[in-house]
Amino acid sequence: MKLHVSSSPHVHAPQTTQSIMRDVLIALAPATVVAIVYFGLNALILVVASVASAVLTEFVIQKLTHKKVTISDCSAAVTGLLLALNLPAGCRWWAAVLGAAFAIAIVKQAFGGLGQNFMNPALAARAVLMTAYPAMMSGTSYQSPNFWGDAVSGATPLSLLKDGYTASLPFNWEMFLGLRGGVIGEVCTLALVVGLIYLLIRRVITWHIPVIYIGLVFLAGLILNGFNLEIAVCYTLGGGLFLGAIFMATDYTTNPNTIRGQAIFAVGCAVLTVCIRQFGSMPEGVSYSILLMNLVTPLIDRFVNPPLFGRRKRHAA
Amino acid sequence: MAVKSVTFHRGGVHPLEREHHGKTRSQGEAIRSVSTGQVVLPLANYAGAPAKPLVKKGDTVRLGQKIAEAGGYVGVPYFATVSGKVLAVENRLSTIGTSCLAVVIENDGKDEPDPSISPKDYRNMEPDQIVKAIQEAGIVGMGGAAFPTHVKLNPPPDTKVDCLILNGAECEPYLTCDHRVMLERADRVVEGCRILMRALSVERAYIGVENNKMDAVQALEKALDGRTDITVAPLKVKYPQGAEKQLIQTLTGRTVESGALPASVGCVVSNVGTAAAIAQVFATGMPCVERVVTVTGPAIREPGNLQVRLGTSFETCIEACGGLTEDVAKILSGGPMTGFAQATTAVPVMANTSGIVALTEKELLPEASNCIRCGKCLMVCPMGINARDVALAVIHNDLSRAIALNAVDCIGCGSCSYICPAMRPLMQNIKLARAAALERARKKKA
Repeated sequence: MKLHVSSSPHVHAPQTTQSIMRDVLIALAPATVVAIVYFGLNALILVVASVASAVLTEFVIQKLTHKKVTISDCSAAVTGLLLALNLPAGCRWWAAVLGAAFAIAIVKQAFGGLGQNFMNPALAARAVLMTAYPAMMSGTSYQSPNFWGDAVSGATPLSLLKDGYTASLPFNWEMFLGLRGGVIGEVCTLALVVGLIYLLIRRVITWHIPVIYIGLVFLAGLILNGFNLEIAVCYTLGGGLFLGAIFMATDYTTNPNTIRGQAIFAVGCAVLTVCIRQFGSMPEGVSYSILLMNLVTPLIDRFVNPPLFGRRKRHAA
Repeated sequence: MAVKSVTFHRGGVHPLEREHHGKTRSQGEAIRSVSTGQVVLPLANYAGAPAKPLVKKGDTVRLGQKIAEAGGYVGVPYFATVSGKVLAVENRLSTIGTSCLAVVIENDGKDEPDPSISPKDYRNMEPDQIVKAIQEAGIVGMGGAAFPTHVKLNPPPDTKVDCLILNGAECEPYLTCDHRVMLERADRVVEGCRILMRALSVERAYIGVENNKMDAVQALEKALDGRTDITVAPLKVKYPQGAEKQLIQTLTGRTVESGALPASVGCVVSNVGTAAAIAQVFATGMPCVERVVTVTGPAIREPGNLQVRLGTSFETCIEACGGLTEDVAKILSGGPMTGFAQATTAVPVMANTSGIVALTEKELLPEASNCIRCGKCLMVCPMGINARDVALAVIHNDLSRAIALNAVDCIGCGSCSYICPAMRPLMQNIKLARAAALERARKKKA
């Protein structure tokens, strides 16, 4: 009889890093399927190229640095998939490969691997691609759903809104189903919300960040558009807000540890998003807002901590 | 009858929730007595200085005879838990993983009581006499911490205790011994509660019981027989409901300040098993010589609740429960959240051994991986400690930072390690910091 001796506790909750990452992949599945159905072969190629590149990069780096290979925890796959879903349908496959490799090699592994990165790897990679290949990451590269037909370039509802073409905006229900221009993973709000519900049921995330972030942007949309409900809905559904608020801003590693901290983080994301949309040159600002708030996270964590049980009140001297 | 269940405000987890907290294995098993051929009584296991032995090899002792004198005020005397011959007074391994001086007695099976033993009526005794009797009977907390009960009953003079709380939460998974005691010996629990109330001169007492044991709540209500001096309060099932500060907050709404004793908010907390044992001490005059222990877990063939003499070996208890399965991998003294893993079954049941839990290979925990900063450890901590940062400070050997992050307030419930998806040894590291911090404080004082 061989007995193991270790310090307590001796039991563990069913949730593990791997199960969490798997749950995120499952939650992203509806949006991924919709992306491929709506945008055709190139969307499929982008997804495969990005995920494969992310996982391979992680494998190679961990082999080269003689570290334990941890690709089975699915975290690299999550990064790869998130990057792919953040690319416009006109993007080329090699850009996805480059971006995913950057996300894993520079943003994640160079800082110490899983849990050590200071910003969201997929979003950082997207930002790099936008800087390096601006033409491929904007303008005509954005397409409208073509259902495996010929590519049709399509402006996003937000850029239409920004340029004042309110008459050519898609209907709200069309946007909810994803029949509008945008990066491949952001268009179908329905699929993203299904993912959100799954993540909430599986207790991977709490409601705070998505609800506060989306709610505040919607509120700003109402106020900025003279309480025109239809345009406010368009303002909320027309960009990358749902993809960002549900899957990027909730990234454990780069958001604060406490619920209160996360609420501050979500408010910050919303304010920055509205500011970029309102005052910036770009029609959308979700990615940069989240990246900026990622940088504020250590500060929030420093000042927002749970109060100690029975903390002694400071007595007046 | 529909009393709303209450619980503490912050944090907490639900270990083994899907399998009814592992309790279904043994909660239907009535307490049964198991005898033993030999007892091993370690003399230095509980809080306080080690006791000094009064017997030597070859002596004949009677049941309930004092065999060791308390080593100090925060210490208790020890008694022979069987009658027979002293085989040895030597170092033996105990359940806390270290060796200490122990008295080994061979049971002659006669249970001849010590002549000094006679029942006491607490109703005719003054509070300090009751406390003295409890001290002389060697009573320690049977919930797990084994803190001498008489010390709790002598609160610091600047405090005013107005409330006794009996802890029947039994929030540890798998364990059911308190449940069975409350169910089968409700009278003793209530009697013990009244003895403690008199010892403390308080008018009010609560017995907190998690609401997965409503049969025990009913049994206690029945034993109260309409008297209202004691309130039986159903508690929500949430770990660590039975932790002292959490239980006090739940039942009285009072918050014990960081570093303070329960008495500072007028409360004394004791385990229901301890209360039942105290009732027996007064009813029979016999010091505490036995306890109920739950023998359970996936690696035990026929789980049960055994009444055994203190000093009975784990091996004897396990054999009385059908033995171990082939794939046994861990044997715990106590529950799976706070219990001590044992290297051998040749260790004795002690006053605080609430359970012997045997786990299989399937229950072994996988290796730790990187922290993903999910923040779950912060959310489940009932004390509001940033487990992640304290553990990190310990890994970085930065004791001052660990102390600044309130490592000393850790109650050791293990919720953080339990929930961590990366399996990181959070509580284990906090424990190290806590021990080092207390050591540092002791040195400073000296």
